[in-house]
Amino acid sequence: MTPASVLCLFFVFLVPLAAAGLALINTGLGRSRSAAHAMLASLLAMAVAAMVYAAESLFVRGQPLDGSPASLAVLLQMLGAGLAALIPLSSGADRWRLGASCASAALLAGCTYPLFAHWVWGGGWLAQLGTKYGLGHGFLDAGGASSIQVVGGLTALSVTWILGPRRGKYATHGAPAAIPGHDAVIVVFACFLTWLGWLGLNAAGAILFTGAEAGRAVLIAVNTTLSACAGLLATAAISRFRFGRPDASLCANGWVGGLVASSAACAVVTPASAVTIGLAAGVLVTFTVAYIEWPLSIDDPGGAISVHAASGLWGVLAVGIFARSGDGVSGQWLAQLVGIATLIGLVLPLTYSLNWLLNRVYCQRVAPEGERQGMDLYELGAGAYPEFATHNEEFTQL
Amino acid sequence: MKVLGFLLLLAGWAIVLAAVVLLRTEIQRSVFVMAGIGVEVLGMILVVRAHEPPKGQSE
Repeated sequence: MTPASVLCLFFVFLVPLAAAGLALINTGLGRSRSAAHAMLASLLAMAVAAMVYAAESLFVRGQPLDGSPASLAVLLQMLGAGLAALIPLSSGADRWRLGASCASAALLAGCTYPLFAHWVWGGGWLAQLGTKYGLGHGFLDAGGASSIQVVGGLTALSVTWILGPRRGKYATHGAPAAIPGHDAVIVVFACFLTWLGWLGLNAAGAILFTGAEAGRAVLIAVNTTLSACAGLLATAAISRFRFGRPDASLCANGWVGGLVASSAACAVVTPASAVTIGLAAGVLVTFTVAYIEWPLSIDDPGGAISVHAASGLWGVLAVGIFARSGDGVSGQWLAQLVGIATLIGLVLPLTYSLNWLLNRVYCQRVAPEGERQGMDLYELGAGAYPEFATHNEEFTQL
Repeated sequence: MKVLGFLLLLAGWAIVLAAVVLLRTEIQRSVFVMAGIGVEVLGMILVVRAHEPPKGQSE
């Protein structure tokens, strides 16, 4: 292996930390009575998605899985499919059956994800918008803001619509009830893990899929970090201004939103632009989390739709606005808009249809008794924290 | 309303694709791509409205 391949392998090895971070965020923002279920669902979704993507690569596309440097890209795509499959778990928390979430992850990793990822990273028509139609350098997305984050976020939106809101969320006059997450500590700790994971994801993606030289990894790391920091600070400042004190879960979402928004443009913008991208992502996350909950009445416990879909779309658009071309090539923003139109106009109907069909043959929502008991007891037979007192008032309210 | 919304999403995407393939100048493409995205926004509004739970429903 060349030194560049070894460096890239190191970056790929960091990516599972992003998965661990997202799994912990999903768990911490859900209820305590579904905590073990959330962690196990994350691990299972990751496993199913990676297996399905590997099989799809091997048998459908004939890509090598023989340990050669070429199979490094397949490994990163397997992890990318797993990350995308984790995102809907956040939206379906406390009501999504384990088997259904695994089946949905298989559909995502076998159909939706490889379709779009191939168009962007595999030399597909979006990547060729520059050479064939003169639109800049074609659709650019180094770290998977579109193919991983937005695809996962739109699947989260579809799953939320199909499952419906949690019991008691919109009980009185349609106004939402606050159902806070059960562990802010692991949510904030998970932010540190996602930071490491995103450094690897953005650097590996840029090198393997956009042809960036290994020396650019430093700029990518700087931009990724600055964007996340700006996203966090924007969210903390806005929540301090609106609610009188910073909100921990919202700040965590702002951090991840900054990371997500950094992914597409991390290799082609200046650090100052990365700060702007992160700031805008933090503002976007703060307001879309509230707007999605009310008045849109979409029950998204972990804020995945705002963090991954909305911030991802902003990150993709930001490439067209902030990318330094320097070679006089125009039309980059139009190429990015075509990619965004494809995500909303094709990927959303596709992923909704697949999950709707799945729901017809295998009901995705747990029985009312399961929601009342909690997913841990109902589906796993034991709680995550057996020595802790149960919040009886939660049971009596529902 | 839900089906109509998803059809509008697909129609908007088709407009964007047609603009890229059939038109030549950047201004023409920009106008039609924006129009296609506008159609997608209309589709999203319909789909979101179709999924709103009835007011006062206790899920």
